Amino acid sequence: MKTLLRQAIVLFLGLTVLTGIAYPLLVTGIAQAAFPHAASGSLVEANGKVVGSSLIGQAFTEPRYFWGRPSATTPAAYNAAASTGSNQGPTNPALTDAAKQRIAALRQADPGNSAPVPVDLATASASGLDPEISPAAAEYQVGRVAKARGVAPDKVRELVAANTKGRQFGVLGEPRVNVLELNLALDQAVR
Amino acid sequence: MTTNDFLQLGLYLAVLMALVKPLGAYMALVFADAPNRVTRVGAPVERLLYRLAGVRADEDMGWKRYALAMLVFNVAGVAAVYLLQRTQQWLPLNPQHLGTITPDSAMNTAISFATNTNWQGYAGESTMSYLTQMLGLAVQNFLSAATGIAVLIAVVRGFARRGAGAVGNFWVDVTRTTVYILVPFSLLIAVLLLSQGVVQTLSPYVDVATLQHGTQSLPLGPVASQEAIKMLGTNGGGFFNANSAHPFENPTPFSNFIEMLAIFAIPASLCYTFGSMVGDRRQGWAILATMLLIFVPLTVGLVAAEQAGNPALHGLAIDAQASAMQAGGNMEGKETRFGIASSGLFAAITTAASCGAVNAMHDSLTPLGGLVPMWLMQLGEVIFGGVGSGLYGMLAFAVVAVFIAGLMVGRTPEYLGKKIEAHEMKMASLAVLIPCALVVVCTAIAVMVPGGKAGIANPGAHGFSEMLYAVSSAANNNGSAFAGLSANTPFWNTLLAICMFLARFPLAIAMLAMAGSLAAKRHVPPSAGTLPTHTPLFIALLACVVIVVGALTFLPALALGPIVEHLTSITGH
Repeated sequence: MKTLLRQAIVLFLGLTVLTGIAYPLLVTGIAQAAFPHAASGSLVEANGKVVGSSLIGQAFTEPRYFWGRPSATTPAAYNAAASTGSNQGPTNPALTDAAKQRIAALRQADPGNSAPVPVDLATASASGLDPEISPAAAEYQVGRVAKARGVAPDKVRELVAANTKGRQFGVLGEPRVNVLELNLALDQAVR
Repeated sequence: MTTNDFLQLGLYLAVLMALVKPLGAYMALVFADAPNRVTRVGAPVERLLYRLAGVRADEDMGWKRYALAMLVFNVAGVAAVYLLQRTQQWLPLNPQHLGTITPDSAMNTAISFATNTNWQGYAGESTMSYLTQMLGLAVQNFLSAATGIAVLIAVVRGFARRGAGAVGNFWVDVTRTTVYILVPFSLLIAVLLLSQGVVQTLSPYVDVATLQHGTQSLPLGPVASQEAIKMLGTNGGGFFNANSAHPFENPTPFSNFIEMLAIFAIPASLCYTFGSMVGDRRQGWAILATMLLIFVPLTVGLVAAEQAGNPALHGLAIDAQASAMQAGGNMEGKETRFGIASSGLFAAITTAASCGAVNAMHDSLTPLGGLVPMWLMQLGEVIFGGVGSGLYGMLAFAVVAVFIAGLMVGRTPEYLGKKIEAHEMKMASLAVLIPCALVVVCTAIAVMVPGGKAGIANPGAHGFSEMLYAVSSAANNNGSAFAGLSANTPFWNTLLAICMFLARFPLAIAMLAMAGSLAAKRHVPPSAGTLPTHTPLFIALLACVVIVVGALTFLPALALGPIVEHLTSITGH
């Protein structure tokens, strides 16, 4: 038993050095050498200041910005330090009520728009930090953003198209629009 | 289901199947007795570790010594993770100055990561220091996976060896798994994930002023290195609370594809390794075919249920129709980049394997969509299952299947040339029944005591589903959750820790005991009365045994949870 104990402890420590120190430090080295921007959080700058990460969504509530997915993080939406989904079950009345409120808020910000709300704008994302919305959700908001900024909807549509990604390699995932990047492009193009 | 849903499933299965033979053959070389071109490469590292630890690499262990070594090694792991969590406030690499972790939560997490379950009662970004993640949790990701594979290899040796008294050397099996399989492939996966945007740094969190005049604290950390082994070792413990739904863990559809492949790569390829080691590759393919036979229809069912959407929202002014502009369906708890296909596929893969990582919140799946992951776990984590543990669980079912076939024709059953007798049947039955009994008994306990029900987040039948899911997850070493359940309480931390421990080690010891007695047996040449175990007939029989055990044990409980919720959901009351 004594031999076994020594073998277990020493081997455990040896493998810990390999997998818990050497391996993550090697990956960190590779990351900082080959992918420094992404490895440090894909930070985005505007006018020389860091304004966020292109991978982490932000709360947008002003009509002149595109809004992202509803976020269930607490105490406020898009709290990057506490990622979470709503975890509301499909038959939970709170889920339906939340969807109704989101629809009402979208309608209130854009009274003339009677189109049905794309489902991703009425439901909370898994991480609470989803940086993207569907092209349908962007199209739904084009009229409101154009009006708030006093520009032609087609001008906004162009920016949406320029910030839309298709399925990766044509197959994987879903088409999507990065909300922060789109809003930054809007601020640049339409003052 | 849409065409693209099928396309993503088809592409995934095609790439996975292409990996099975090369990876399986490689792993067979890693565990071969004679030195070969693979084991010569890492020999210096191996020799160094063995010399330090006083391990004699040529010592062949009987099953009892092998099991004891496994236990002692894993207890060391539990102790290390527990101590790191309790003392992290005094240790380096804690840029956010995170405090100590309560004893019940620390013990739950230590057992969780040592048993390859990776159930998480805590939120990573606000709880665990970089040091605890790297040196505690990620190390257990490697070593619990290596333990599972080592035990499997010992079980396979039981079938392959003839008249032998021993099943291999645990130290050598664990070291080789880590050095030749887990570390190199994790490195490859980590680099692929980095290329997609996964973060990897030891710098503190970044505070930014957001576009609309708010502030945001962006959590960082050594994520890519941990993410890689989290998937490859079917561990599933997220660096962040949102796990693989978090954009820093899983930023693109391609990173998602890599992560899904990493989950099944080893469990699928080990089938080939198994066939190779017992000298009949058809046996491995038959097991793999059985797994696919159950996996594919259940996955299609899950994706179809999610694509159909949530009936509760049908009356509202919502467009949930799939089109070129949106995924549609039930998007609650899902990320835009993954939509329905990449989320549904991930949910099925992570619960078929005992991974438990999530890229969508399972608590918000539709009732039938949520039934599939729950049942995939309850089937005993043998449909691919955990690395190593999935296949040895499936071999227990195979032993039961040949026994049932033997009863039908009145012959002593054989499997892979070994007679299956009372001792083997007892051990196989234990392996099959331990998780089943744990789920049923512990769910009943949770339902009856206030501490259990206090954790429920959703009303009605779904609340029961949350508890059933949690116990099914822990008692099958999966680790995913209907995460609304508030499980970071003394009651749940303790109950689930007991489930995780009992599901992992007694089951592994039962299989090692079977391996010990099998290894000692002589080979029986097949005769006219032997049931061939590589044919479609056997594949169907084995699938039936798995399904029947899973259905008989869990249908009553499932009827009270997801099934009744589905019925109320479609009738509206």
